[in-house]
Amino acid sequence: MSSKKIIEHSEAATRFNKDVERVNWHDETLWFVREKRDKSANQIQDWELLRETASRIKNNVLANMHDYLSDFEANAQKNGIIVHWAADAKEHNEIVHSILQKHDVKQMVKSKSMLTEECHLNDYLADKGIEVIDSDLGEYIVQLRKEPPSHIVLPAIHLKKEDVSETFHEHLGTEKGNFDPQYLTESARRELRDTFLTRKAALTGVNFAVAETGEFVVCTNEGNADMGAHLADVHIACMGFEKLIPQRKHLGVFLRLLARSATGQPITTFSSHFKKPRDGKEIHIVIVDNGRSTQLGRPDFRNSLKCIRCGACMNTCPVYRRSGGHSYHNAVAGPIGSILAPNLDMSKNADLPFASTLCGSCTNVCPVKIDIHDQLYKWRQVLVKEGHTPTSKTIAMKTMATVLANPTVFNLAGKSGRFVMKNIPALVNNKMNKWYDQREMPDVPEESFREWYKKNSRESKAKKDE
Amino acid sequence: MSSKAEILNKIKQSQPNLTAELPDLKVLGSEQFDVLEMYKTVLKNIGGNPVEVADYNEILAYIRNNYPLEKRIITTISELSEIAVLDWTNDDPHSLQNVELTIIKAHFGVAENSALWVTDAILGQRVAPFITQYLAIIVNKKDLIPTMHQAYDRIGNQEYGFGTFIAGPSKTADIEQSLVLGAHGARGLVVFLME
Ligand code: SF4
Repeated sequence: MSSKKIIEHSEAATRFNKDVERVNWHDETLWFVREKRDKSANQIQDWELLRETASRIKNNVLANMHDYLSDFEANAQKNGIIVHWAADAKEHNEIVHSILQKHDVKQMVKSKSMLTEECHLNDYLADKGIEVIDSDLGEYIVQLRKEPPSHIVLPAIHLKKEDVSETFHEHLGTEKGNFDPQYLTESARRELRDTFLTRKAALTGVNFAVAETGEFVVCTNEGNADMGAHLADVHIACMGFEKLIPQRKHLGVFLRLLARSATGQPITTFSSHFKKPRDGKEIHIVIVDNGRSTQLGRPDFRNSLKCIRCGACMNTCPVYRRSGGHSYHNAVAGPIGSILAPNLDMSKNADLPFASTLCGSCTNVCPVKIDIHDQLYKWRQVLVKEGHTPTSKTIAMKTMATVLANPTVFNLAGKSGRFVMKNIPALVNNKMNKWYDQREMPDVPEESFREWYKKNSRESKAKKDE
Repeated sequence: MSSKAEILNKIKQSQPNLTAELPDLKVLGSEQFDVLEMYKTVLKNIGGNPVEVADYNEILAYIRNNYPLEKRIITTISELSEIAVLDWTNDDPHSLQNVELTIIKAHFGVAENSALWVTDAILGQRVAPFITQYLAIIVNKKDLIPTMHQAYDRIGNQEYGFGTFIAGPSKTADIEQSLVLGAHGARGLVVFLME
């Protein structure tokens, strides 16, 4: 696991913002995806009813998680699936490793799983001498570049086709300067087809697991999860326990919402239901906690476990779009990531709930109606109370607290502030003042509100007295 | 304590104590539209190709005109044995890597998203619709239903080892959001809508 020093979101965002053209492009690309979501949602007459239904199903799941998980395990086992439980990331990685060891597998193909990102599985297995190839095209690209994904649905959304072309030229020997997405995709297709055909083990994520039937569903557009799983002897599926839903028929609700919220598609190309292994083959499921049960015990934040990882909240977030996924230094970026991360480690992720304007746009698009912006606001209170404020905020807030607590200082601060802004603007309009970043400072009023009020209340009093 | 017991214990203590009844799903899926027209429109929008046919003879003719017959074509449908082989279902799945066209049947299709439901029972091999370069799926027009709610009503508690909804050809938009058909799976999907 990397012990790299974390760069706070605001600083990382500042760096990202240096390339103005690229930031504008990033912003517009994601807004384009958000608009596709709107168009798609608007075509469903029952959209709001669907969201409400999904949210209520998930309420039921949260309240009955213990029983549903037990049911799921029993039913999956009846189907011939081998079930494992992992308390944390470390145990998850060890379980996956032990399965691979048992089958003497040194190379594995993987389809997208944000959970394995959360657990840093690739690094762990690399240390053990096992090679993992990510087969989702976006993940494959960022893996070649030794970067983490910057978005849960669109892992390479921060890259331009020139970047991909350069990366493929270097690693796959594609033609230099050929930026054609069709050509580049074809090259990756050829390369990865060979991978699929030669791997004995395939790992996938899980989109939904059904308690009633013990089956699980994996959604992809590329078909990479299926290519991996149906050609390998061993299929390992890793899931956070919150992926559970009660009954098979509830999939109807979630499959209608997922892709429309994510990319505006009516459904992903493949929605594969794995219930039993092929004859003589194995399916393993690793059910992971890694902090989720703690989050379940936090009344203000437990709703975050309803998340179906559609990414809609990121695509709409004005901060995410202009700061990039990597600035969140967490497997899940954007608004929902900023709620999940402090649960895992408050001190490392204290900056994230502050990376939001609290505009509420995330809450409005969320297909399972998570109160995202309220939770971000609540995390701020918790973090400040626990003494975990990000450094840039601490200084400002301490100063603010002194000023606000003392009327004389407040008065004086106002007066001197106005004096400074008027006569020595360079003192305020500089890099030390966070508020000045990206903003012009306003013109200074001649008098403060207090002075204005004093004068006017005297005048109006005088008027009344006339 | 094992991790399982520990996790389940902690969940039991943490889970909210609410009576959160499961919502009624019957109120959903009542959208009214022309099912066949909707199916065709959505399929075209996602890169698939709907072809209306009267019978297997028309399918045979279409395939003869549009696909290279000298390449490997496989099917699970005996009516198509003139142009495709049937004896591949027990082969090693890796041996399907050189298949040009796979032709299978779907149980039913869903108009709102053009998805087709297929399971082990009619797939021949699980990897068959993915590993092939091109895919053709036959569905009866009377087996088109409006939304995913009717789809799961119809699936009910059907037994299967593997089942999947297939909606259009394999695709990706991971390079600058440009849509490219044929990521890892089939590059093209033709759906024969049969009388
Ligand atoms: S919080 Fe809601 S909008 Fe964001 S990824 Fe999760 S389900 Fe989607």
